[in-house]
Amino acid sequence: MGLYSFGAALRRASASEDARAMFATGGRDADAFYRQRWSFDKVVRSTHGVNCTGSCSWKVYVKDGIIVWETQETDYPTTGPDLPEYEPRGCPRGAAFSWYEYSPTRVRYPYVRTQLLEAWREAKKIHPDPVEAWQAIQADPQKRASYVSARGRGGMVRASWEEATEIVAAANVATIKEYGPDRIAGFSVIPAMSMVSYGAGARFIELMGGVMLSFYDWYADLPVASPQVFGDQTDVPEAGDWYNADYLIMWGSNVPLTRTPDAHFMTEARYHGQKVVAVSPDFADNTKFADEWVRPHPGTDGAVAFAMGHVILSEFHVGKREEFFLDYMRRYTDSPFLIELERGDEGLVPGKFVTAADVPTATGDQPNPSFRPVVMEANGRVVDPGGTLADRYGEAGAGKWNLTLDGVDPVLSLMDTAEWSSTEVCLPRFDLPAGEGTGASVGAGIIRRGVPVRRVGDKLVTTVYDLVLANYGVKRDGLAGEWPESYEDASQPGTPAWAEEHSGVPAAQTARIGREFARSSIDSGGRSMIIMGAGVNHYFHADTIYRTFLALTTFCATQGKNGGGWAHYVGQEKLRPQTGWAQYAFALDWHRPARQMISTGFWYLLTDQWRYDRVNVEHMISPLAQSSGRREAPVDSLVEASQRGWMPSYPTFDRSNLDLAETAHAQGKSAADYIAGELEAGRLAFACTDPDNPRNFPRVLFNWRTNLLGSSAKGTEFFLRHMLGVDSDVSAEELAPEERPASMTWREEGARGKLDLMVCADFRNTSTTLHSDIVLPAATWYEKHDLSSTDMHPYIHSFNEAVAPPWEARTDFDLFKDLAILVSRMGKKHLGVRRDVVAVPLGHDTPDELTMAHGRVPARSECGWVPGVTMPKLVEVERDYSRIAEKYVTLGPLSAGAGMVTKGVTYTPDEEVAALARANGTLPTATGQRPALDTAIKAADAILALSGTSNGRLAHQGFTEVEKRTGTAMAHHAAGSVDKRITFADTVVQPQGVITSPEWSGSEHGGRRYSAFAINIETMKPFHTLTGRMHYYLDHDWLQRMGESMPIYRPPLDMHHMVGEPAPGQLGRGGEAQAEVAVRYLTPHNKWAIHSQYYDNLHMLTLGRGGQTVWMSIEDAEKIGVRDNDWIEAYNRNGVVAARAIVSHRIPEGTVFMHHAQDRQIATPLTETTGRRGGTHNSLTRILLKPSHMAGGYGQFTYAFNYVGPTGCQRDEVTMIRRRTKEVDFS
Amino acid sequence: MKVMAQIAMVMNLDKCIGCHTCSVTCKQAWTNREGTEYMWFNNVETRPGVGYPRTWEDQEKWQGGWTRTASGKLKPRAGGKLKKLATIFSNPNMPGVEDYYEPWTYEYDKLLSAPRDQRVLPVARAKSQLTGKHMDTISWGPNWDDDLGGSAETLSQDPVAAQVGLKIKTSIESSFMFYLPRICNHCLNPTCVASCPSGAMYKRTEDGIVLVDQDKCRGWRMCVSGCPYKKVYFNHATGKAEKCTLCYPRLEVGQPTVCSETCVGRLRYLGVLLYDADRVGEAAATENPQDLYEAQRDIMLDPFDPEVMEAARASGVPDAWVRAAQQSPVYALIHTYGVALPLHPEYRTLPMVWYVPPLSPLVEEITAAGGDGEDHRILFTAVSQMRIPLEYLAGLLSAGDEALVERVLRRLCAMRSHMRAIRLEQAPDPEIARAVGMRGDQLEEMYRLLAIAKYDDRY
Repeated sequence: MGLYSFGAALRRASASEDARAMFATGGRDADAFYRQRWSFDKVVRSTHGVNCTGSCSWKVYVKDGIIVWETQETDYPTTGPDLPEYEPRGCPRGAAFSWYEYSPTRVRYPYVRTQLLEAWREAKKIHPDPVEAWQAIQADPQKRASYVSARGRGGMVRASWEEATEIVAAANVATIKEYGPDRIAGFSVIPAMSMVSYGAGARFIELMGGVMLSFYDWYADLPVASPQVFGDQTDVPEAGDWYNADYLIMWGSNVPLTRTPDAHFMTEARYHGQKVVAVSPDFADNTKFADEWVRPHPGTDGAVAFAMGHVILSEFHVGKREEFFLDYMRRYTDSPFLIELERGDEGLVPGKFVTAADVPTATGDQPNPSFRPVVMEANGRVVDPGGTLADRYGEAGAGKWNLTLDGVDPVLSLMDTAEWSSTEVCLPRFDLPAGEGTGASVGAGIIRRGVPVRRVGDKLVTTVYDLVLANYGVKRDGLAGEWPESYEDASQPGTPAWAEEHSGVPAAQTARIGREFARSSIDSGGRSMIIMGAGVNHYFHADTIYRTFLALTTFCATQGKNGGGWAHYVGQEKLRPQTGWAQYAFALDWHRPARQMISTGFWYLLTDQWRYDRVNVEHMISPLAQSSGRREAPVDSLVEASQRGWMPSYPTFDRSNLDLAETAHAQGKSAADYIAGELEAGRLAFACTDPDNPRNFPRVLFNWRTNLLGSSAKGTEFFLRHMLGVDSDVSAEELAPEERPASMTWREEGARGKLDLMVCADFRNTSTTLHSDIVLPAATWYEKHDLSSTDMHPYIHSFNEAVAPPWEARTDFDLFKDLAILVSRMGKKHLGVRRDVVAVPLGHDTPDELTMAHGRVPARSECGWVPGVTMPKLVEVERDYSRIAEKYVTLGPLSAGAGMVTKGVTYTPDEEVAALARANGTLPTATGQRPALDTAIKAADAILALSGTSNGRLAHQGFTEVEKRTGTAMAHHAAGSVDKRITFADTVVQPQGVITSPEWSGSEHGGRRYSAFAINIETMKPFHTLTGRMHYYLDHDWLQRMGESMPIYRPPLDMHHMVGEPAPGQLGRGGEAQAEVAVRYLTPHNKWAIHSQYYDNLHMLTLGRGGQTVWMSIEDAEKIGVRDNDWIEAYNRNGVVAARAIVSHRIPEGTVFMHHAQDRQIATPLTETTGRRGGTHNSLTRILLKPSHMAGGYGQFTYAFNYVGPTGCQRDEVTMIRRRTKEVDFS
Repeated sequence: MKVMAQIAMVMNLDKCIGCHTCSVTCKQAWTNREGTEYMWFNNVETRPGVGYPRTWEDQEKWQGGWTRTASGKLKPRAGGKLKKLATIFSNPNMPGVEDYYEPWTYEYDKLLSAPRDQRVLPVARAKSQLTGKHMDTISWGPNWDDDLGGSAETLSQDPVAAQVGLKIKTSIESSFMFYLPRICNHCLNPTCVASCPSGAMYKRTEDGIVLVDQDKCRGWRMCVSGCPYKKVYFNHATGKAEKCTLCYPRLEVGQPTVCSETCVGRLRYLGVLLYDADRVGEAAATENPQDLYEAQRDIMLDPFDPEVMEAARASGVPDAWVRAAQQSPVYALIHTYGVALPLHPEYRTLPMVWYVPPLSPLVEEITAAGGDGEDHRILFTAVSQMRIPLEYLAGLLSAGDEALVERVLRRLCAMRSHMRAIRLEQAPDPEIARAVGMRGDQLEEMYRLLAIAKYDDRY
């Protein structure tokens, strides 16, 4: 207030002389220079559409029609009197954005690679029809090779928009005609950062029947533990809720660096006495703020969390029997549910959930009995507690799907029943030294621990809780088996001393922090929180690490409490107006379903990484699982998951989907029947089994809002070789005949240059633009209208056009509109109206969850090909290719007609669609006048009108729907907001607080901070899982096979023993006898970039070190004779990196950090090793598939886009590193 | 008593996340012109480290600031006006471009313009913004040792550590760091102003902002060497000195400085201080450097004191400014709560940007032992066992007086302890506040200012 009060009152008086050496001549005239410098004509609100959760609103300053600089907006709606505000939000990267506007890296015009343009112009002379021209080029191997082999090698030349887009449109139409629409793929990421831009391109692609590629799983940001445990993709507290915590662990999450605008909530919360613990192997930026620094060896975090769980269970559950915790466990977790013990080779092993189907007399004649897990009461009675998956679908479950435990009082442990006996069960472990384990699985062994059991019918059963206690090594009197003697007993998994052996974290520290976390939760009513991030989530076994963390939050009753629970912050952006956006982006208003693909699987096949992948799944399975007795390749799991309809699979078949649908039609069959028959007969194959067959190549790849090759492409060098067909630094050998995957067709030559067309839209030059065949100049974030939201704050705000796109730049919205017009024009002649068949995986939040009881996977020979049951659903869609543009600019009839479904809740926007027609105007379509979406603002308004978070009527409608299912009061969550509407115009004025909606699981009601699952906890709404509770126990066959039924510690992959890579710490001699050392290779987020964005920004390069760097410890640097800023080379089987070393004592010995996405077109020299442009961080990584990530067809193990899928993990890699001997050379 | 008003800043280093947003917004607004490429009116340093320009705190080398003569008079360390005139054409105490850094850019235009049939991917090589020559291995920058980068090479050159005789260990177990954002200190007793042979530098009467009159500056650069903080820069294109203006065009219309408003750590406070201009020289000449802190506080006037208010009016300070001084968060942090300290008071310039020192994690041995810290109250007061050595902070903020730094940190700890009790609905132990010379209600008010810190309370 002070400043405002004096600002206007500045004295204009001339200065007076003061006492001594102070010269006080007032100099208003002399001060004019800086006053002029600060002058500007207008300030426009916008934001940055970067892959970051910041979602910060900025003031963009414009002077003389030129953007000059930016500062943050400070006008977020208040958080109330007792909480810090969200202002200002921003970071140095965002603050540097205006540099791009007029920088020499700006893409100003459309560019086409010379060789392609020449071929095109020649072809057009012969074939005036552009589609025929494209076909002619593709039919001529030399012509095709001329531009494919030139990718990434210069020669980009200007072309007109008309010419460039004509080529793109022709390639699409020709591809659809020849191969079917699922050979076209779009890669664009994180829609929340610019919803309309993502939506525009996705809408165009989906209208054609093309495939949108996922990003969350591909980035390894998806915490697979979340669908496993919560049945939810990810839902987390907003940053303001950190402030409500009284105990905060930052675990592998470098908050100041990666959540810069939110970090202050953490620094400030310390002042109300919040204790802060930082867990990080290096002295990370956030460690400065902690009271304590816990320093585990990289990747061993799960051991520490597991031991904390051991302490909490020992002291607070078994010791004190803290009712606050136990009541929570009973009500909100699967703890009380019964598990059958099964006889295995080694003894009894935990099996499947006992369901009503197993005990028909106990639960009566209820529907879906196999999906109705049961609990036991103290008197031994087996009962249905309600709220399980069985109640979620079907008439009979209406009003019953809730967690009220009406009239049911389950026991957590069978020891709380009158009659129990003890028996020993076998549990897996994976923490043994390689070679000391059991069977083929590296480091695996068996522990025998006792659980209380009872007989139910012919089954021997115990509870999840009893198994969890056994799993955590928590000894109770009267139980058989091997148990740790004390916390100091390192011989048994679970104890703090055991964790110390693996992690290096002192046992006393582990025990104390576990105890404090629990104690603080009791004292505060659940306000203990764990912020967890990429430092732990990017490991191959991140799901197991996360499950040990999530267990801490649920053992201590913190989940769903403000200030408590998990706070996962890795690429998790929350697209608040989810429902309307999904309609827009996937064109669900016109066609259903959309084609949505798991990117990791897509790239793994497209880039032929499977041909080099020596991992044997047998080396990582449970020692209690049946060995198949042969090498199991990760790709075998991918193929099986695809064929069973667990995971999507595009391109789907080795024939065009259009041909399949039309052939079926011609034979008078449904496409489903026809395709199932063809598969059965062996006349049709899934494309994923033969990715080197030209029939199966993805042909056209669109990149926009992304930089695949400079940022996310794990195994970048494989992308270059196989996807693009250019030189690469891969040194890995392809698989020998005996190693080749059983499910794959092996072709002697791995195909190179599979893509016909790589096209990209961007406003700056990246590795991706430089490797593309066509580059289209995109408008920047200060030149368009769009929407932004995040989970870090509860506001929706806007992008606005501070200046019109300069030069020939176009917004994404306009760009795809132009393409839609061209495709429609060419499509009319070449395609017309076609019948398509879309293969759809068994879907999450749908009755598909009831498909495969107990997660028991039947053999293909037994189950055959039954669409929607043992293979994907097959849905026919009619596509009129002459009407793509018409549909692009109008809202189709399905939104209001068939309703909009988000997470199983159906919304009917009849009033909204009518209102949109009036507000936006209408345009003619084949189905009559439809609401217009012909500008980005109209599209934004449609997104807002059709979503509960921005339209209170729909939020209320959704809660009323949920009430019908739960039978509990829900509508009050949105009661005060029924009349609230957020429009685009509102977001231009100020960021708008969202409305509580069933699209998400928390509540913003009454100015409350958002906390995930608050609605579940407070209003007894089940989680979207098998039991309706948060799961400790997972009984899908594939999870059991991995030995991951329960939270468990799995170390980083032992690539040395699994596939013979160098062991970390190994010293060697390189090409010219330089000393080399093998180190763990981690790629954390960069301080001077958001992924590759801003990395090339001069301000950021100046504040960093101006080029590619690798951080290493003083010890490792000494081993190879490297000093700070020396040039080094890092190499492994995947590629080579040239960089400078930053030597620092804050890095642990044995590990190097190469900050993520330092794009190689900036000041990167040629490597000594290969003489090619030194790689990027992902030149040393590769795709590693974890089979359990692809488990599907059952309960929460069902598919949704970005909800589940194999992650593109990259934290388990090892590299050799050595000093460069020659001068650097750039050309 | 001559009452004058000064706009001063407090930065709470305990909240600084080292993000450098302040640096970038400042640079974009003020110094992205030709001749200013290397200038950062606002920069952020990782400590321990050598800073920008490198080792700027080494006054043996740079001869900035004031010294006190045996007779108790102040003179610029580099010598008085006569000596200045004698060396005007060869200023030996000027940092060279290598001490700042050679600004560079990249051949971005060669990415899309690379002709066809390159053997390898095109690249944008680095080149100097001064000479246009390629810089294949960039070897220094304005923030080279960020986050302890290159620590094995740089830590031994940290002037603060050298001054307090601290050998910083380069082992991971003993790691510590914090960030030090720096702007011009707009000193009450600025050496730069005293050093200017042209009379181009001046301190604005109404608000104390130190400026270079761009019309009068003759480019002698005595200000550059005179400033012990190295916060005056020389524009090689215009031949004039330039420096942080405290964003006066913004302050004049009631807006905080760019660096303050854009600080996402929310650690900057701006406010008015009233001080007795007649006593500036006397305070700056205080004999014992460790007494300079109190001497500076002493010449700051209590804006609620009726005599001060009267004298302010007599000196021509508008009433609105007196009211602003009464609401000044800066005054509260320096005086009422006593948690803000001046940067290098021993330079005797009486800087007007003050800092709350940072807390930091406990040292490895303490946490490894496990027994300590179970009680948060013990943990919060374990200041002497922090990772950041108190002597380092004292070398920076209190001319070596560790007790002063410890008292401030203990106040922060006491606030945490007191507030935790309130949060958990337990009665706070009044002894906690008393032990740090405060009352519970003061701790609660300080908490609101430091933690809740609403926009209008910061500025």
